[in-house]
Amino acid sequence: MAVRQALRRAGGRLLATQGAMAPAALGVAGRGLSTSAEPITLEIPVPFKGHNVEPPSRTVETSAQELTEFFRTMFVMRRMEIAADSLYKSKFIRGFCHLYDGQEAVCVGMEAALNDKDCIITAYRDHCTHLGRGGTVLEVFAELMGRKDGCSLGKGGSMHMYNKKGGFYGGNGIVGAQTPLGAGLAFAQKYLKVEGVTLAMYGDGAANQGQLFEAMNISALWDLPVLYVCENNHYGMGTAEWRSAKSPEYYKRGDYVPGLKVDGMDCLAVKQAVKFAKEYALKNGPMVLEMDTYRYHGHSMSDPGSTYRTRDEISGVRQERDPIERIRKLLLSHEIATVAELKTIEKEAKKEVEDALAKAKESPSPDSEELFSHIYRKSYGAQAYGADRKEVVVTLP
Amino acid sequence: MAMAAAPTLPIYHGLRAAAPAKQPAPAKLTAHSHCRLALPLRARASSSSSRPLRHVAANAVATKEAVSTSSSTQGGHELLMFEALREGLGEEMERDPNVCVIGEDVGDYGGSYKVTKGFTEKFGSWRVLDTPIAENSFTGMAIGAAMTGLRPVVEGMNMGFLLLAYNQIANNCGMLHYTSGGQFTIPIVIRGPGGVGRQLGAEHSQRLESYFQSVPGLQMVACSTPYNAKGLMKAAIRCENPVILYEHVLLYNLKERIPDEEYTCCLEEAEMVRPGSDITILTYSRMRYHVTQAAKTLVDRGYDPEIIDIRSLKPFDMYTIGESIKKTHRVLIVEECMRTGGIGASLRSAIMETFWDELDGPIGCLSSQDVPTPYSGPLEELTVVQPPQIVAAVENLCGKK
Repeated sequence: MAVRQALRRAGGRLLATQGAMAPAALGVAGRGLSTSAEPITLEIPVPFKGHNVEPPSRTVETSAQELTEFFRTMFVMRRMEIAADSLYKSKFIRGFCHLYDGQEAVCVGMEAALNDKDCIITAYRDHCTHLGRGGTVLEVFAELMGRKDGCSLGKGGSMHMYNKKGGFYGGNGIVGAQTPLGAGLAFAQKYLKVEGVTLAMYGDGAANQGQLFEAMNISALWDLPVLYVCENNHYGMGTAEWRSAKSPEYYKRGDYVPGLKVDGMDCLAVKQAVKFAKEYALKNGPMVLEMDTYRYHGHSMSDPGSTYRTRDEISGVRQERDPIERIRKLLLSHEIATVAELKTIEKEAKKEVEDALAKAKESPSPDSEELFSHIYRKSYGAQAYGADRKEVVVTLP
Repeated sequence: MAMAAAPTLPIYHGLRAAAPAKQPAPAKLTAHSHCRLALPLRARASSSSSRPLRHVAANAVATKEAVSTSSSTQGGHELLMFEALREGLGEEMERDPNVCVIGEDVGDYGGSYKVTKGFTEKFGSWRVLDTPIAENSFTGMAIGAAMTGLRPVVEGMNMGFLLLAYNQIANNCGMLHYTSGGQFTIPIVIRGPGGVGRQLGAEHSQRLESYFQSVPGLQMVACSTPYNAKGLMKAAIRCENPVILYEHVLLYNLKERIPDEEYTCCLEEAEMVRPGSDITILTYSRMRYHVTQAAKTLVDRGYDPEIIDIRSLKPFDMYTIGESIKKTHRVLIVEECMRTGGIGASLRSAIMETFWDELDGPIGCLSSQDVPTPYSGPLEELTVVQPPQIVAAVENLCGKK
């Protein structure tokens, strides 16, 4: 829990996540690792590109503490996704499993610029987004394995993770359908006069869905505070962006909706862009943010990911643009942490993920009665049957 | 269900009014060897089951400030069906600021069937939203808004247009409560006119209840009189589940006298139109009127049909239907859906499964033909069930008198 809170706070509090976490790790040895909130000014290497809007400045303010949190959080997310990979291969996770490794900077950078009044809705590549909104690693693993302790009680699965308290609205299987939902969330925020924005996230594959443009039209007409965030990882399953979109410049596709293209592998660039866009949306209405990012795994676990792109391309991106490595270099070059301290953080993150995994494996499957719960919010005392009408009989609430 | 007394509670006009329902405690997993029951486990409504709904008011459990001395049988006011819908919607919008209307031409134009006339002046354009022609996205928006606690009422200008929003309705609206493990509820109402009109053409004569009936998580109701239109509209808005309210294009100008006092109808209940003893005729929406017209002929010929307007298309009110079948032992379903995969098909199957031992003969089912509705008048009449066919079917099932 509290990934988001940790990133927001200026204090030296740690992520309080499930599983064992040695409390003062970030300052345990007492020397070197800086958790100061002193502002550090950095320059974003890759420039923003604007469409119908002046891009924000490339100078961003951060702090040692924030950078360390970025590193730790992204590392936890990376370990979690790798662990999910092996769980899938050992058949603990079935069905579809879409992994987010490589794209961590997008959700972590976003959270740094948002608060709990904001809402996020995304498609099926949602494990890390769920974590960013206040979910726990245990919840994610248990849900992936279909166990009781999952965030959706085991009934949703990989593609249907939600966190109502944290303002995370899923988790959607049919891509594109979440964009009108996101416009609706923004509508509710404006209706109820909540000073927040909605980030309706979609990918380069869903960027060609008609309902996205319908939603953009309505949100531009009614000035809804929604940010359409396109996580452009350049491949819609097996189809490269140049093969599916006549115009792969997704930040321009809003036409009358202004857009910004952001280097999605750079946490700080994402943070800067979302901060800027949030201010814009609260005053003026929707904006499109295209995050130029990359996924190392294939589209899902059943896709090797190398039939439509070369291994060289994947390892090239990993070497040059990996988000975690980028932060690591920053931490080392600004002498916020030493190599040994970073190793300690990594070890603890690994342990945290492993502990959560072990606990999730112990979690039981949902009871048979759960088959019929949550169909209706309030039912009328009728009975519901299993297929043979003898075995599973449940009285609905 | 008779609700606990609270100051602003409406009278509950319903068959269950006399006997407050006692909900059973949630059962543990048990094995039942006889599972005929798919019955709501509530207290039996004693003798009131045969009384026509409209007159139950005199004996209903009236909550305090509801009615002075006049019951709904005196007083009341006359209006047309679309005005009744408007009244119901307007009352709910006044009562709860979270209720809003989303649809095409609902605002300034007043609604294509005048259901929202005057609402923009009254509630403002932020609560009565004129959308572009984008059913998929504005239905999705309404669902997203409902996830946060708003209570949108989505109007499909014609129900058939909501086929464009099928993905949103089936995957998001119906399923979000389940896939989120109960975190989100979608208290949305989707309403609009459907059914076969007067030569509107194939694409404007759709009966969507057959397409949506198997989506889990949705409730579906069909109104047929101004009285139940207003009651169902109010109940649907107050319901925590997503509800689809099916109206019929040809019924908007029906006139009836409805009570002045506030009331709601029970969403899951069927309505007794005419008690009888020979045969149970189950119907809904416009076909109710074809059945009542056929009933005049049938009564002249010596039959005594019991006519039930099932109203609740999902879930079926198997209790009322079952009580009726136990009395008459013969069933005829008259519906406007097409024969294949319609409401009648599901209802027939449910009745056969549960009340097989009570039946004296096969369940008759009269549905529309499995054709796109033709434009030509006579052909359109042939598509839909007509009163003489109903009379013939009853004579067939009951034997000649």
